[in-house]
Amino acid sequence: MRKTVLDIDNLSLEFPVYKGTVSAVNRVSLHVQEGEIVGIVGESGSAKSVTAMTAMRLLPSESFRIRSGRITLLGQDMLALSEQKLASMRGRDVAMIFQEPLTALNPTKKVGAQMLGVIRLHTKLSEREARLHAIKLLTDMRINDAEEILERYPFELSGGMRQRILIGLAFACSPKLLIADEPTTALDVTVQKQVLQLLRQKARELNTAILFISHDLAVVSQFCDRLYVMYAGSVVETGPTREVLGAPKHPYTQALIRALPESAAPGQPLRSIRGVVPNLTDMPTGCAFRERCDSAFEACSAIPPLFSLDEDNRASACWLCEKEHAA
Amino acid sequence: MSAGKTRDTVLELSDISVRFPSGSDWLGRPTSHVHALNGVDLDVQRGETLGIVGESGCGKSTLAQVLLGLLQPSEGLVSGAAASDESALQIVFQDPQSSLNSRMRVWRVITEPVFARQRKSTMELRRLAVELAAKVGLREETLDRYPHEFSGGQRQRIAIARALSSDPDVIVLDEPTSALDISVQAQILNLLDELQRERSLTYIFISHDISVISHMCRRVAVMYLGQIVEIGDAASLLAHPRHPYTQLLLGSVPKLEEDGLGELIEETELPSNRRLPSGCFFFDRCSFATEACRQPQQLIDGVRCCRAEELALTAAG
Repeated sequence: MRKTVLDIDNLSLEFPVYKGTVSAVNRVSLHVQEGEIVGIVGESGSAKSVTAMTAMRLLPSESFRIRSGRITLLGQDMLALSEQKLASMRGRDVAMIFQEPLTALNPTKKVGAQMLGVIRLHTKLSEREARLHAIKLLTDMRINDAEEILERYPFELSGGMRQRILIGLAFACSPKLLIADEPTTALDVTVQKQVLQLLRQKARELNTAILFISHDLAVVSQFCDRLYVMYAGSVVETGPTREVLGAPKHPYTQALIRALPESAAPGQPLRSIRGVVPNLTDMPTGCAFRERCDSAFEACSAIPPLFSLDEDNRASACWLCEKEHAA
Repeated sequence: MSAGKTRDTVLELSDISVRFPSGSDWLGRPTSHVHALNGVDLDVQRGETLGIVGESGCGKSTLAQVLLGLLQPSEGLVSGAAASDESALQIVFQDPQSSLNSRMRVWRVITEPVFARQRKSTMELRRLAVELAAKVGLREETLDRYPHEFSGGQRQRIAIARALSSDPDVIVLDEPTSALDISVQAQILNLLDELQRERSLTYIFISHDISVISHMCRRVAVMYLGQIVEIGDAASLLAHPRHPYTQLLLGSVPKLEEDGLGELIEETELPSNRRLPSGCFFFDRCSFATEACRQPQQLIDGVRCCRAEELALTAAG
């Protein structure tokens, strides 16, 4: 039995705004096990990033309210942990990679200084050892002239190079969990492929679990072992990647895959999803996808829980699945 | 241009080069140049959708600006029916947030191209806005709002309505859906398709997304470092790429059905466009490079690679 690295249990979170609240996360449960690569897919506003940020407690503490739920990361209750404890965990036990590698690096400091800073903060290595470690990390990321790169400023490097540096840095202290928030969205496809390959190779080598956030179904399908599909702040479907994308059970997942340009023959109209994502300040009662769903029926006026399906780890939050299950 | 042609060319680029000066010495003279486009020949046929693909820095957007006449090429000539008539060309940009004037009401935004060129009464403009809004699926009562009150998809509809307002022949679509979610992207692509059929528009569709290109386009040009490296019929080019770069590009596109990530790509850095390579631009990254590739390559039979035929034969055999 593998250990659970991250366990989010029934998390609901809201942001107070002028005259109301934004219900950003609604009853989300997800877990990541040791060495596992887990994906979260969803469109913008589906709370992919907020969920991940909350797991690392990266949101400003006064900006949000937790309505319910627990987050356990490496056995620690993340919602109760002190700021000091958090600071020592981040970067050592849990690391994060962001979408835009230029804003994640300090523009006024050389790459080397930034890397050494992180490495020496969490380890007892000397300046020289830390430097060698940094070079090793960069070389593992297929950066040939690592020593020279350490002397450069971030703006002198290409996007792909910067992202590889950040990935290298994220693995500096062999973290147990890496949260990658759209790490390749700003990159070109050839670079994206390389970055994903290196990311996975290194994670497998160090037995690091990855929580991979993306809006790109194709990327997720090639990269992740298991998947959570999110819509309007809730998990609507989960299971092994192949099964979720190959035989989606939830109408939203089905509609999403049908809307991809590659699902239609050239010249044929695409099957778009009608309507828009619900307003999170004024959530409709019942299933959040009801208004856009072709197979909505009476039961959908109540919020569907995640129904476990026959296969292990497979679940879908749709009343249709309950009917099927009962039948 | 030549009268005997059966095809109807609306725009033609011949040997276009664009250089931007970069850096300057103490007299203010440029010390080097960024070579954005390096000899692009392209013709656009009336009613077609021409796709332009390539990675960042390959000159896609510079090409769009040259096509629209926003940028004068350093060398080369833009000609054709649409080149002389300003209102025959329009563009839809990638980011609907920054491409719409945030201080204008939507109906003003939509009719701006007409307002700028023709004398029309406010009533006429308003009527035009209502008509166009209905075309692109915006409700009439939303016309008095400001762009920030709309979602990304709606804003892109506004941008499309604006492009339609001067009744153009050619619309350049510069990554029109890359800022949108999948479900919204499908709506916008369908809308573009409908409008094209209705108004017999010509599209130049610039994108880095191969699946979108293959869905929308009949003909595709692949760009690398300011050159067209391969051009041809979309279906056959995307199914059987002949240029090694096109092969690399298509091979890197993640696919839904596939498992795993395949072989590790070693070299991903593009050569600098400050000092251009003397031979084939793809030389350093190409795994098939030979001595012959040290010579500049010509675009022959739709592919800029002297070994294309040879490679196709090896692949087949």
